[in-house]
Amino acid sequence: MRLIVENLAVARGGRRLFEGLGFAAEPGEAVALTGANGSGKTSLLRAIAGLIRPEDGHIRFEDGHSGLEADEARASRLHLMGHQDGLKPTRTAREELAFQARWCGAPEAAIAEAVGTLELQPLLALETRKLSAGQKRRLALGRLVAAPRALWLMDEPLAPLDARWRERIGALMAAHLAGGGSILAAVHDPLPIPARGVSL
Amino acid sequence: MSGFLTLYRRELDLAWGRGGGALLACGFYACVAALVPLAVGPDPERLAAVGPGVAWIALALSTLLSLERLYERDFEDGGLDLLALGPIPLEAVALAKGLAQWTAGSLPLALATPVAALLLGGAPQALPLTFAAALLGGLGFSFVGSMGAALALGARRGGVLIAVVVLPLFCPLVIFGAGAIEAFAAGMNWTPGLAFLGAYSLAAVALTPFAAAAAVRNALS
Repeated sequence: MRLIVENLAVARGGRRLFEGLGFAAEPGEAVALTGANGSGKTSLLRAIAGLIRPEDGHIRFEDGHSGLEADEARASRLHLMGHQDGLKPTRTAREELAFQARWCGAPEAAIAEAVGTLELQPLLALETRKLSAGQKRRLALGRLVAAPRALWLMDEPLAPLDARWRERIGALMAAHLAGGGSILAAVHDPLPIPARGVSL
Repeated sequence: MSGFLTLYRRELDLAWGRGGGALLACGFYACVAALVPLAVGPDPERLAAVGPGVAWIALALSTLLSLERLYERDFEDGGLDLLALGPIPLEAVALAKGLAQWTAGSLPLALATPVAALLLGGAPQALPLTFAAALLGGLGFSFVGSMGAALALGARRGGVLIAVVVLPLFCPLVIFGAGAIEAFAAGMNWTPGLAFLGAYSLAAVALTPFAAAAAVRNALS
């Protein structure tokens, strides 16, 4: 799936964050979104996910040469991974992973596989409030691994992770791109994979 | 459909699990019911006269307790983004949340209501009707309340705001519910009250998810 952003303008709280923004993310391509704090990286990701209505411009999803219905593409072909992980503090990691992955339509076998890939087994019995920020991030990444979707929208995906896991998640991202997926990530540090830069 | 059930089960677990307010609401209900004889005096005749009405006010207030966290916790931890981008539309998300609120919150309260009514001097033969009315009215309380919870998203002191938004909309439920029980006790025809109670509750089930979904969209944007 290709993501096309044309002449986009987004405002928050009556202030224009950016305007005239245009870029595309082709299948197999990673786009690193950079910009100062408050420049609108998160808002851009949320606008692409359909949570914020842009003031101007278009966001389109295409498969091959045919356009896709935006709401359908958003519900079934992209993952939004915000800077919050959406985990309930009183539920166990097992319950939260199962809910998030099933909610995204992942079969049970794929969830078990994601547990192996992200080495979540030792965490599963713990309540998520007992996990570190990096462990929570790995748990939240579980649904991206268990339910494959073409476009990953990620907000500072690597920020809480240690060096080893940055490398491991980098390898996961590379595998996602090799499979024809694409990534749009808001970052401050460079991504561990080759990425085209878009600056806000 | 599987998405709906997945969410419904998770909401039930959140309501019953640690930090959930279902049992707390029952305790609150018992406390309010216990205060009544202290306030109006122990005279059985007087208690029996105010009993059904007080039981319904307590029911309405107890429902309020568990509402604040219904959408707020998902809003605070980013889970609401995930729900908004899920396999089912936000209207269905609101329906699942309302149904879970009813099952986890109102069902225990409906079980407690006949007990409270009995302790307050209500007639034993009115207990089945009391239970049925509380169960049916709880559906209305849950769905109207869920809408209020969604409307109050992001507001400071959301709990108080929910109460102010929602309590006026609870009026018909209190009128018809307590009215049916009082009519029964007086030997009059109680079916119209129960029918209106059911109609209001079902209308709430049908309509409030749309308002709740719109409120959630607004809070997220």
